[in-house]
Amino acid sequence: MVYAFLIHTLRAPQAQDMGLCRVLYSCVFGAENSPDDPRPHGAERDRLLRKEQILAVARQVESMCRLQQQASGRTPMDLQPQSSDEPVPLHEAPVGAFRLAAGDPFQEVRTVVWLGVLSLGFALVLDAHENLLLAEGTLRLLVRLLLDHLRLLTPSANLLLRADRIEGILARFLPHGQLLFLNDQFVQGLEKEFSAAWPR
Amino acid sequence: MTPRLLNSCASLCLGRIQDEELQKFCSRVVKLLQKEELGPDAVDALQRLFLIVSATKYKRKLEKTCVDLLQTTLCAPKCPEQLQLLCTAILRERSPSDDLNLSCDHVQNSRQLSLVASVLLAQGDKKEEVRSVGQRAFRVLESRQPEGPSLRHLLPVVSKVTHLAPHTLHEDQTNLLSKRLVDWLRYASVQQGVPHTSGGFFSAPRARQPGPVTEVDGAVATDFFTVLSTGQHFTEDQWLNVQAFSMLRAWLLHSSPRGPSSPDTDDKSELEGSTLSVLSATSTASHLLPPQERLREKAFEYCQRLIEQSTRRALRKGDSDLQKACLVEAVLLLDVLCRQDPSFLYRTLSCLKALHARLCGDPARVRALLPIAQFFLNHGEAAAVDSEAILQHLFTRIPCELFHSPMLAFEFVCFCRDSLPVFGRNLDILRRSFPNLFKLLAWNSPALTSEFVALLPSLVDSATAVEMLHTLLDLPCLTAALDLQLRNPSCLEASRDPQFQGLLQHLLRATASGTTERLAPLHQLLQPLASLTRVVQCAEAVPTLLQAFFSAVTQFADGALSNQLALLLLERSDSLYQVPQYEAHVHRVLSSQFLVLCARHPSLVVELAKELLEFVGSVSSVHSREAMLTAVVWAVGEYLSVSWDRRCTVEQINRFFEVLEALLFEVTQSRPSATLPKCPPRVITVLMTTLTKLASRSQDLIPRVSLFLSKMRSLAQNPAPSSDRCGEDAGAVCTRAAELLTLLKMPSVAQFVLTPSAEVSEPRYHRDTNTALPLALRTVSRLVEKEAGLLLG
Repeated sequence: MVYAFLIHTLRAPQAQDMGLCRVLYSCVFGAENSPDDPRPHGAERDRLLRKEQILAVARQVESMCRLQQQASGRTPMDLQPQSSDEPVPLHEAPVGAFRLAAGDPFQEVRTVVWLGVLSLGFALVLDAHENLLLAEGTLRLLVRLLLDHLRLLTPSANLLLRADRIEGILARFLPHGQLLFLNDQFVQGLEKEFSAAWPR
Repeated sequence: MTPRLLNSCASLCLGRIQDEELQKFCSRVVKLLQKEELGPDAVDALQRLFLIVSATKYKRKLEKTCVDLLQTTLCAPKCPEQLQLLCTAILRERSPSDDLNLSCDHVQNSRQLSLVASVLLAQGDKKEEVRSVGQRAFRVLESRQPEGPSLRHLLPVVSKVTHLAPHTLHEDQTNLLSKRLVDWLRYASVQQGVPHTSGGFFSAPRARQPGPVTEVDGAVATDFFTVLSTGQHFTEDQWLNVQAFSMLRAWLLHSSPRGPSSPDTDDKSELEGSTLSVLSATSTASHLLPPQERLREKAFEYCQRLIEQSTRRALRKGDSDLQKACLVEAVLLLDVLCRQDPSFLYRTLSCLKALHARLCGDPARVRALLPIAQFFLNHGEAAAVDSEAILQHLFTRIPCELFHSPMLAFEFVCFCRDSLPVFGRNLDILRRSFPNLFKLLAWNSPALTSEFVALLPSLVDSATAVEMLHTLLDLPCLTAALDLQLRNPSCLEASRDPQFQGLLQHLLRATASGTTERLAPLHQLLQPLASLTRVVQCAEAVPTLLQAFFSAVTQFADGALSNQLALLLLERSDSLYQVPQYEAHVHRVLSSQFLVLCARHPSLVVELAKELLEFVGSVSSVHSREAMLTAVVWAVGEYLSVSWDRRCTVEQINRFFEVLEALLFEVTQSRPSATLPKCPPRVITVLMTTLTKLASRSQDLIPRVSLFLSKMRSLAQNPAPSSDRCGEDAGAVCTRAAELLTLLKMPSVAQFVLTPSAEVSEPRYHRDTNTALPLALRTVSRLVEKEAGLLLG
């Protein structure tokens, strides 16, 4: 199952420093069991820890994406479509995976699958031993849906204020972090249902 | 959307909102939510509130009325989905939270239960939220009729709860769900659904049927419904079929009564297992089985059907991708089933062998080979099947051809790591394939370095250590060669130069050859590629890998292997692929590891005396291999003595002395120039110290070294005008020379200080006032000072 899904900023590989990596949206499905720490944890402290963990993942994804882009000699502009109506060629977007050891930053071993599109990074934090083919497919699907329904690539888009749409997509395509085996027709049907509930 | 724009959007929205402003905003939200009609104003306000709450990692204080109202809105029966989702999101974003008093006890609507659950499950289970959510979900499940559109919201909740807290369910609850899963998996409708008139997604299965479901290649479905069955519209139970399969593997693992993956039959001996497998090959009367076993039986049938369905040629790309994911899942499921009930093994083996043969010829499906290999590793022993052929194929073919795919490379390496406990006799295949595995690493170093650091201890053994060290040092060169091969696949045949061909072939070999080749000509030929980003990234990873390699090797290396490795370090230190900064970093690691080898096998210095003499004799080493030279000289000073190896002769000590003295003379007398920069003071001091140590063991040398040291001291105190020796460096040299001269005035003390016996490492040695070193040194200093005073006065 998926432990968390996040969207964050991706700075261009050549940029020296244009601010920090920011998590734009994150959704944690369930929670890690509290560690066997005898000290009482304030709820606030737990929340802070969770936010920091997600940020750590975002930073690592950004770093991996940048390294991969630099190594393959690509620039983020390679993915820019000719017009904003054309779909972004997602099959060419950089994608990768890495493992996080237990304790660093999550209690348990977890795997991260990520995908980068222009200046946005998308990542799924998975439990160990998940079906990575399914996870990769699900991530691509989520990104495609988010790009389409939130029009993320148009200049006036503002994903920060449209969390309800993101939640709507997640509730249908990744309910409670459950990866679903959806064939094309199922996806179409669900998408129609979503569009009906959320007219653009 | 550029990052700058995103950032400014964020600050616009947040407006650096202060606490009082936030309070005012909360009151506004409360007013909007209390209205009869919840309109776009409310949506807008909640969207902003979500942003405020989620944008900071610190807690924002919200008014209690506001929080309570969010909770009630969420649970309100007629609330539109958009608002419900926003309330859920805000409450979840604040979790874990002490001011939450949400409960799932009275929620009947399963969609709302799902939303409430997502908030409760995020609390961290301090108040047994997971258990209460799970129990509530099951109560709804039990009370529901089989038809009805809302069960689809429940299954993911159940799946999550089982995952988070596997043992909160009672046996009858587990049995109930297992029974329902059987129904959904095996007996879903094979007719397509009808479009709902109101534009919704579901239909009652009893309505007019528009035709049977189809396979992904368009043919009419030949058997029961699965995730690879398609149609224009779907029925509720078909939807549940999809969800049931999606959660099946986790459910089987976590709902097993005696723990996650233990078989729930008592001690089956292998013989019993095979007898039973013959019986269960004819799977009749399955409805008489208990629920868990029946579920396994149906799961098995589902997997077989998926494997058959994956042979079809899908019309759409999305379905083709799904086929691959289904293949992987089917194999993973079969693995779980066989672990839980060995009687499945007989039927599974033939099925998987056929699948493996089919996939070998299909490059698009290569990722499915990994779980198959995993299966044979897990169950090969029990089934008396030789998994060697499968592993050979996996290790020799796949990495060569597909090293450039980051996901495959990652999965492959994870497979190696995770399967280490079950490799057994086949561990040899893994070890011999290290050249191929290193291709994955060379191409994808940022993502895979930490995985390889964990994997290295199991990869290296005494037979492959030397070859592996060479390969590690040549890793960036391998990256360059792979780049060349990828861009120009025929470069191997096209080149006229047989030497180049031979070396390239060696570098790109698939398995350990047992030989080593000097790749220096290849380094030169590939020099233009040394500045490629990918090569540089690989070069940056090598020092870490070397450290991991040596920590593993030093655990088992005997004297002979240590000698080989030490020589290798010396030889390779000036034969590295010239990537910017690579040499400097590698030298640092190699020099410290050389010392580690010497510390573990001090006789190394005596046994390799000839080679070490040669090494320290060349002046060029001073500048090109300073770190290595320093380490070697220091090691000679430490370990070239009878106390470490009885075979050490006076002649050896004298020979080393002469060579080192000559070296020191050359580096201090020669003028620094453009080609020969100034000699680093560390080299000078270590040479002086080693010379002194040697002299303390062969005391005829003491006058010579004392003379030399005095010269050094005066040189340092009065530097020649042309030398640019700076004050600090000169001071260090001067101080060291003085210390050593002082020591040499009392030869037996010098010997004691500079050639301590092995007992020095015992604490007693230092506590006992008769043997303590600091005491001895102080004594010497006072005596010498007194002597000097006498001389002067």
